[in-house]
Order: sequence, then C-alpha cells, then structure tokens
Amino acid sequence: MSTASVSLPNWITYGLIPILNLALAFLISGIVVWIIGEDPFEALTLLLDGALGRGEGIGFTLFYATNFIFTGLSVAVAIHAGLFNIGSEGQAYLGGLGAALVALALDHYVPWFAIIGAALFGAAWALIPAWLQAKRGSHIVITTIMFNFIGATLMVYLLVNVFIVPGKMAPETRTFLEGGQLPKLDWLMAMFGLKLGPAPFNVSFLIALAMCFLVWLLIWRTKFGYEMRTLGVSPSAASYAGIPYARTVIIAMLISGGLSGMMALNPVMGASARLQVEFVGGAGFVGIAVSLMGRNHPVGILLAAILFGILYQGGADLSFEMPNITRDMIVVIQGLVILFAGALEYMFRPALVRVYQKFTKA
Amino acid sequence: MDFLDILISILGSTIRLSIPLVFTALAGLFSERAGVFDIGLEGKMLAAAFAAACAAYVTGSAWVGLMSGIGVSVGFSLVHGFASITNRGNQIVSGVAINFVVAGLTIVLGQAWFGQGGRTPQLPNTARFSEIILPGAIAARDMGHLGKFYANVISGHNLLTYMAFVAVPISWWILYRTRFGLRLRAVGENPGAVDTAGISVAWLRYRAVICAGILCGFAGTYLAIAQSAAFIKDMSAGKGYIALAALIFAKWKPVPVMFACLLFGFLDAFANFMQGKSMPLIGEVPVQIFQALPYVLTCILLAGFIGVANPPKAGGVPYTKER
Repeated sequence: MSTASVSLPNWITYGLIPILNLALAFLISGIVVWIIGEDPFEALTLLLDGALGRGEGIGFTLFYATNFIFTGLSVAVAIHAGLFNIGSEGQAYLGGLGAALVALALDHYVPWFAIIGAALFGAAWALIPAWLQAKRGSHIVITTIMFNFIGATLMVYLLVNVFIVPGKMAPETRTFLEGGQLPKLDWLMAMFGLKLGPAPFNVSFLIALAMCFLVWLLIWRTKFGYEMRTLGVSPSAASYAGIPYARTVIIAMLISGGLSGMMALNPVMGASARLQVEFVGGAGFVGIAVSLMGRNHPVGILLAAILFGILYQGGADLSFEMPNITRDMIVVIQGLVILFAGALEYMFRPALVRVYQKFTKA
Repeated sequence: MDFLDILISILGSTIRLSIPLVFTALAGLFSERAGVFDIGLEGKMLAAAFAAACAAYVTGSAWVGLMSGIGVSVGFSLVHGFASITNRGNQIVSGVAINFVVAGLTIVLGQAWFGQGGRTPQLPNTARFSEIILPGAIAARDMGHLGKFYANVISGHNLLTYMAFVAVPISWWILYRTRFGLRLRAVGENPGAVDTAGISVAWLRYRAVICAGILCGFAGTYLAIAQSAAFIKDMSAGKGYIALAALIFAKWKPVPVMFACLLFGFLDAFANFMQGKSMPLIGEVPVQIFQALPYVLTCILLAGFIGVANPPKAGGVPYTKER
C-alpha cells in the first residue's frame, strides 16, 4: 500500500512535518554560511538578535511580515479556488500605482482612500489573466508570469516618463505630503514597553490582520467561499453542482489581486511615502512560500509571514555584523525554505508514516 | 548609414541576443514535453553562468567553464526532478525555489570568493569563447550588402552561437525521430499509457530534466564567458522567462522555438537601437513597449487569437502510480 493514502494525526501534518522541513532548510543555509567561512551558530544568534532583540528590530520584522501577510493571503485565496496565482508580484506593483495616485491627488486628506485605490488596481491587474483562464482556457500560471513582466515594464515607463520629479534622477514620484502617510504603530509597541524608533511599522499591519479574519470568513463561512473550495477540490463536482466556473474564477482572482494590491500600502504609504521602482522586491513570490507553509490558512499565513519577516530583518542586520554574508543570504534562505517547505513538503512523510505505524501497532 | 546597413547591424545583434533564449527555450521544450513544468530555467541559466565564469577564471579554459556550467545546471535540474518527480511536489513552487536559491547564492558565493560585489573577475580572451571569423568575411565586408550580411550576421560569432543553431535540428531529431523522443512526448501527454507499456515514467522524466539542465548550462555559459567576460549579478535578467514565453509562443515545437527566440531577440535588438531615437510621425517610442511586447504577444497567443496553443496534457501533474 502506498504511504500517501495513510492519514496522519494533525500534530504531525501541521506541526512536525513543517518543523522538520524548516530545520532542513536552515541546516543547509548553515552549511552555506560555513562554506563562506563564518560560524553558522554565531550567524543565527546575530540574525535572531537583529530581528527580535530590540523594539526597532521587532518593528522592522513586523513591517516586512505585513507585506508577506497580504501576498500570502492573496496566493491562498487563489489556491482555494484551484488557481495558482504567481502574479502577486505584479498585482502588488500595480496596487502601488493605485495607492500613489490616490495619495498624490488627495495628499493631506484621509489616506484611507488609498486602500481602495491599491485594492482596485491590484484586482484590475488580475482581471485579464482571470478572464483568460475563465473564458479562453489559457493557463493562469503562465499568464500571471507574463503580467508580472508587463506590469514591471509599465511601471518603469510611468515612473521614468510620467511621475518623475523634474530635475531629479531617481525614477520615483514626489514625496506625499504630511498626512498622506499611514500612521505608525508606536503606541502598539509602547503597550509592550518597546520603542519603535525609526522602524516603519504602521497601520497596514492592523489592516493585514483584519484581512486575515475576512479571508477566513470568506473561505470557510460564506457561500462563495464554499463554491470556491468546491471548484478547487473538484472542478467537475463544482460543475455538476451548478457552480458557475467563469464567475467563480474571476471573482476569486479579483479578491486575490486586491489583497496583493493592498500590500503596496505598507511600503508606499507606510514607509517611503512615495512610489519607487521595484518596491515590491520579491514579496509576491515570498507570498507563495508563506501561503504554502501556512497551509493556506490565515493563522498559518500569519505565523509564516512573521517567520519570513524575521529572516528579512535579521538577515539585513546580519549583513552589517558579518560583511562576508551579504543581504542576498536571505534570498538563499528563502529559496531553501520554499524548496523544502513547499516543493519537498512530503519528503519526510513516507518515513514518518512508517515510524508512526510501527508505534500505533505496538 | 542607409536603411540596409542599419538592418544588418540590428540582425547581427539579434543573433547575439537570441542565443541564450534558443538554448533555454529548447531546455524548456525537453522538460515540458515530458510533463515537467520548469519555471526554474532562469535560475539554472544564472547558476551555469556563475559556475562557468568561476571555472574559466580558475582554470583559464573556456571548455572547463562550459563543463562546469553544464554540471551545475544539471545539478539543479536533478533537484527539480527530485522535488517534482520523486516527491511529487509542486513543480512551479520547485522552480520558484530554484530561482530564489540561485539568485542569492551566486551573489553570496561571488562576494565571499572574489569580493567584487557579486561579480567575478574579468576573464582574459583565452578563457572565453571568442568570435570566429568565417573564411572570406573580412573581404566580404566591402562587397555590398550581401557581403556585409555575411560578415556581420553569418560570421563573427562565437562557437556557442553556431552550436545553438545546431541544437535546434538535433532537438527536433531526438524528439521526433528517436524512440526516446517518442516516449518523452508520450509521457508528457499520457504517463499512464507509458507506464502500462512497462516504461519507467520517473526515469524518462529524469532524463528529460537532465537534457534541460544541459541546455541551460550552454545558455548560462554563453552569457558569462562568450557574450561577456565575467559573471555579473542577475545577468540572466529575466531571459529564462522570455525563453518560457518563446516556448509557449512556438507551441512547444523545436523549429518554431528557434523562430520565436529570433523574433524576441529581434525585438530586444530593435529596442536597444531605438533607445533615444525618434521615429517619423510617431516620435520617440518608449523602449518599454519593446520590452513588454514578447509577453503581450504570448498572452494574445494564449488567449487563442493567433491559433491555439495546447500545452502537453500531463504538464504540471505529478504521476502517481497507485492510489
């Protein structure tokens, strides 16, 4: 009998297996650090200290985690409908355009409209791939990759030729005025007796938490969520049940794109207060890893996003302390986590099943 | 310069820019026709470029560089195979992971070994694949447009360029005229049937991804030690994805793959040429239009507006023998 059909208790599936996978990813990262000629344990201590040691570090960690919560949720919503959206990167980029347009137009006034702008533009960028998948049968993975690149060139064009401040070299918009930025969360940190310092930890984190709850509500507590999950598990069953394929696909992708787009709030409105080239910086792809590690559940996504936040912030700090380890080491660790927690997630399963059966029989 | 001279110079750079695309798209062809999606083409190409540049620098031999490039690229192919064939993991996730690992690792190792911010040291000409001047090319340069075409477009490329154009008919022959090719295509359409015939699906798919690794190795080597003389960080710059687009644009067929790559290479060359120039009537055309065009064209094709692009039926689906 194949081991794939044996069911394991939840603590193994949701606890032990992810931990083993993570451990392996970190083990290999440690070997890379050792090859470079640094002490892996010292590097790990520095990384954790940089990410969690001081209030400022925690602020940055949560700032990065906010990005990953949004993109992770975006990927998860699509996955529940059986769609693999790897266009989060591009949708977030375009979401930045939406947020920036609102911020440039309204400036002082409530920055909250920017949330709608970001979500609308992100959703709009997911619309064409969604429509192509729903009506013309083109593979969503491929079209969303293409749209990532189309979006990137479009944004470079807009920033270089349209939004650039005359007389400046950097392709970015002007800085939004005071009040066109999202408030920081220093009070939240102060509640825990921590000082935020210059870390750009802002209200988008709370918006992200609200989205976690709303996504949970959507997927497990609404009729549409049920239709989405049915389509995700079995398209033919969904079709027999009379669930309209095209409508479900398009709405699911719009929600997914909207969530990605809202990620832009955090860096654009919360941190730099202007729209910059490449501000997404791979967060869309990290979202895939976050969603996978979090088993496409908002709680799991939150935890995984914080883990990646720790990696981002700790890794940045580490590269200051150990100049031999450049910031790009984070990219390596991310890649390894995606590999072991994502693509190789069931590597340990057959062995664990055998061990488990031995114990339960005895 | 008259119009034909400009065209000839653009065609010359079209060839140079198409070569990594041709190799990489053929790599994708082998992998995807066997039913294994490969987003990791980009990463494998980059890894090969880094390995080739390092090995060529250390040994001073371009051939050792090529072998190392291929070796490292095949290594990553095997990781992809292990994840997506043996462990039936998600092929797209595995590809994304490889891209991440390579993008980071090349810079981290490059910085640790050479300390030049992720670059490898400049290579002398003897450690590169340098231009080959075909017989009569210098004389032909003065013999009208046809001569210039011969001198600039046909001649004056390095060995790997010519190998790319040889790789196209060879790939076609392997896929359509050998038993291995027939089985490879079958395993991408209906692995169950192949399994029933008593042929190992896993071993076939492993061989397909190894072929992909070898070809990506050529592509990366070309970038690092033929087109340039060092590894520069992120030097693949999305070429793996353009090659993927070309593969789809060519509807997963070898000879059209070559033409699609030449078309996308031409767009790239044309964009370089147009930079800062203005066209009659239209004015200055933003280069971004040409950069986005390969992706836009591929989407239009996928939408079914230019013929129909049908991917291999079992593409992206891991094969499970029993349930």
